[in-house]
Amino acid sequence: MSSPSIAIPSRWRLRWNLGDGRLTLYFGLAIVLGWGLLALLAPWVAPYDPLLQNGDLRLMAPSLAHPFGTDNFGRDILSRVIWGARIDLQMALVGVIFPFLLGTCIGAISGYIGGRLDAVCMRLIDIVLAFPFLVLMLAIMAILGPGLGSFYIAMALVGWVSYARLIRSQILILKESDFALAARSLGFSHRRILFGHLMPNALFSSVVFCMSDAVLVLLNGAAVSYLGLGVQPPTAEWGTMVAEGQSFITSAWWICTFPGLAVVTLAMGFSLLADGVAERLGDRS
Amino acid sequence: MSTPLLQVEDLSVIVRNDQRDVAVVDRLSFSLGEGEILGLVGESGSGKTMACRALMRLLPSPKLRVEGTAVRLDGTDLLQLDDAGMRRMRGRELGMIFQNPSSHLDPLMRIGEQIAEGIRLHQGASRREARTEAIEVLRQVGIPDPQSRVDNYPHEFSGGMRQRAMIAVALGCNPKVLIADEPTTALDVTVQAQILRLLLDLRDRRGLSMILISHDLGVVAQTCDSIAVMYAGRLCEHGSKMQILKRPQHPYSAGLLACHPAADSGQRLMNTIGGQPPLLGDMPAGCRFGTRCGLASPMCREHLPQLREISPGHRLACHTPLLHGVAS
Amino acid sequence: MNLARYRFVLTRPLQLLPVLLGISLITFVLVRSIPGDPARVLLGARSTPDAIQKIRAQFGLDEPIWVQYLYFLKNLLNGDLGQSLLYRVDALKLIATRIEPTLMLVFGSVLLALLIAVPLATLAARNKGGWIDNLIRVFTTAGLGLPAFWLGLMLILLFSVHWGLFPVSGYGRGWPEKLHHLVLPCLTIALALSAVLVRNLRASMLVEMQSDQVTAARARGLSENAVFRRHVLPNSMVPTVNLLAVNIGWLISGTVVIESLFSLPGIGQLLVRGIFTRDYMVVQGVAMVLACATVAVNFIADIVTTAIDPRVKIQ
Repeated sequence: MSSPSIAIPSRWRLRWNLGDGRLTLYFGLAIVLGWGLLALLAPWVAPYDPLLQNGDLRLMAPSLAHPFGTDNFGRDILSRVIWGARIDLQMALVGVIFPFLLGTCIGAISGYIGGRLDAVCMRLIDIVLAFPFLVLMLAIMAILGPGLGSFYIAMALVGWVSYARLIRSQILILKESDFALAARSLGFSHRRILFGHLMPNALFSSVVFCMSDAVLVLLNGAAVSYLGLGVQPPTAEWGTMVAEGQSFITSAWWICTFPGLAVVTLAMGFSLLADGVAERLGDRS
Repeated sequence: MSTPLLQVEDLSVIVRNDQRDVAVVDRLSFSLGEGEILGLVGESGSGKTMACRALMRLLPSPKLRVEGTAVRLDGTDLLQLDDAGMRRMRGRELGMIFQNPSSHLDPLMRIGEQIAEGIRLHQGASRREARTEAIEVLRQVGIPDPQSRVDNYPHEFSGGMRQRAMIAVALGCNPKVLIADEPTTALDVTVQAQILRLLLDLRDRRGLSMILISHDLGVVAQTCDSIAVMYAGRLCEHGSKMQILKRPQHPYSAGLLACHPAADSGQRLMNTIGGQPPLLGDMPAGCRFGTRCGLASPMCREHLPQLREISPGHRLACHTPLLHGVAS
Repeated sequence: MNLARYRFVLTRPLQLLPVLLGISLITFVLVRSIPGDPARVLLGARSTPDAIQKIRAQFGLDEPIWVQYLYFLKNLLNGDLGQSLLYRVDALKLIATRIEPTLMLVFGSVLLALLIAVPLATLAARNKGGWIDNLIRVFTTAGLGLPAFWLGLMLILLFSVHWGLFPVSGYGRGWPEKLHHLVLPCLTIALALSAVLVRNLRASMLVEMQSDQVTAARARGLSENAVFRRHVLPNSMVPTVNLLAVNIGWLISGTVVIESLFSLPGIGQLLVRGIFTRDYMVVQGVAMVLACATVAVNFIADIVTTAIDPRVKIQ
């Protein structure tokens, strides 16, 4: 068994680009920064209050006043999509950072110390990987209760394995390298060797992986919210909005279409960014 | 000799690099008679493999293209054929075996199946006929117990057996000319001799003509009737085995001979030819061997020597040939 | 025949034992981390101190935690995953009645994904750099970022609402009806999965097309189509089978969401409902069954790889 969380990661770096990695990189960066800007400026950019209900404007089709239409409470979808960017971007970023920190620490220490501790860690990773990603997350969230906080905790508890494996394999190679031996012969402490000398070199591939992992975290967060366990209504979040619109799919297609498109564009932005970064820096590692 | 079976005239392989055309193989001409074994010798990178790939029109990169006056095989000009026509020639008229049998056999397909592929394609045989034929071919190339070996996968064969199997795959198509690209380089010395004997045997029994590519003069000396020496994409000397081995006239041929351990077995250190072959994009204006040649004259540096016949069957491209055929 | 190659079929389960034990440990810990006294949860409103004490003794809850784990393991070996609080039946029996739609969904989507991915990857690889290759690349890049639940809704919008070709949700009775209901859910997962498959398959095909053995096949006079069908395709399928196995966890995660979306009565839906109704025994059971299924699929993938690739020898 191998490969982390969802599908691809290790294969995300396939050289499959619009001719030049730079184009992919900048395109991805533009999308992500664009959403970031919208999220930051939401109070000024969004035409309406995302939570403002208006009984007279229920289920209005897209129009000039409401370009994305309104939902069953008469809320403006466009404003909700813009405000939702705040939550979803936060989900993607924070949801990557926790597993990254946890996994990096465990992987580095396990790889550096080796021996029985390492064996136990590897077993633990095998076991966590045996669970389908979302199933274990849902099981953890079932205990913690719904909410964004539970999502982050579940994400950290399940997602750390990919980072741990990645870092561990790097550390295993680096700790035998000449400069690690040199540092040891100089009498540096283990902590200083590991965190001062080995980590900076080992982190590279994990940081690249972070970018593609953001896609998976975003999709997971949206899915968890869609299932009703993540962000709770009436907060504007894209996955939740799709779930809310589902009952009106036959009469008001716009309610779930636009938030979904928002997820797709942001996810594509992240994955283009990841491809581009891997392409540009890939040869360095 | 009547009209030769294969006649190559001015065959070139051109690579397009930075808007500039560079000839990897430069106007190669030779002919091959029926049942003749021609040894094509040269250092790695001299263009011998590329020349044979060009004959098969199986160039490794789309950046490469073939030019030339004619490549006549049994009356057909291969250069005039379209892709479909060329495909009909491959296997049936021109067979090829490769240096590394392990990577040139499909690991997921049984040996017999791979042999039968060509038999069915070129002889229109049924599945069962092809299998019987495949067993027969395996027997001919000296695989023991071919009835059961026919169902083996390549990884179940040893290195020498794999080379025999690859020869069998080529023979299954029943070609007139077999191109063997370093067929023994990847094998143990003892196995090498067996494979060479097998090739000679096949020539005798089937009247097969062969082009044997090798960097090893020993291999060529054991098997070939004639020898062509290539350097930096050009033919330097071409003649019968005796002419080349006993009286080499091109300093490079002589140098190669001197490098061969058998040439002066008493010596401890082997001779080497000093220097490196010129880079593809940076060919000298004159003789390409000029920079490494001990006999180079100002003429050599300015004029590219043309191939001309110096005695019946012996062709040479050199301004300052050796007179006695002694290693310099 | 060469049965020695399959020796791992017998030895591998032993190696998997620690993983299975770990799975049981994690699910045990998960259920034990539920806030509150399990006895109180079990009894609900009827909890009197007396009854709680009785339940505690009955389920061994007054024993040390590791003894409780041993009880849990013993029950597990007897196929006892506990009772569903909601349905008042054995959790394992409940799962068994719901497994069919999930299995159909997984198999159906893998099959459909291969049917989509193989031709697309072939087209892309054989026209490398051409407009069709670029078009397929756009499709796969988009597919990787597509949330399955939203894709499913869009398919419903198009095929069910607009064209009325397939039912919006549910499973139906009898095979023709069931299959009819499965088309859209399978298509949803298959589209997402094929994006991954096309990317990888195209890459392995390109490697394979440059390989020595393919040159040798061309030298035999085989046409490009024959070379592709007989040599390139089989050889590039080997890594794909592994990729599918690696992605089985992702696939199962997808079915959980898709079953909820299409109201398919599978175990994914059971899991989500179990979470909302706080039916912990069901959540625990489903998590364990799905984890074991993932392990089993990887094991089977090893056998399949061994069967199609004669070189593989597993130590």
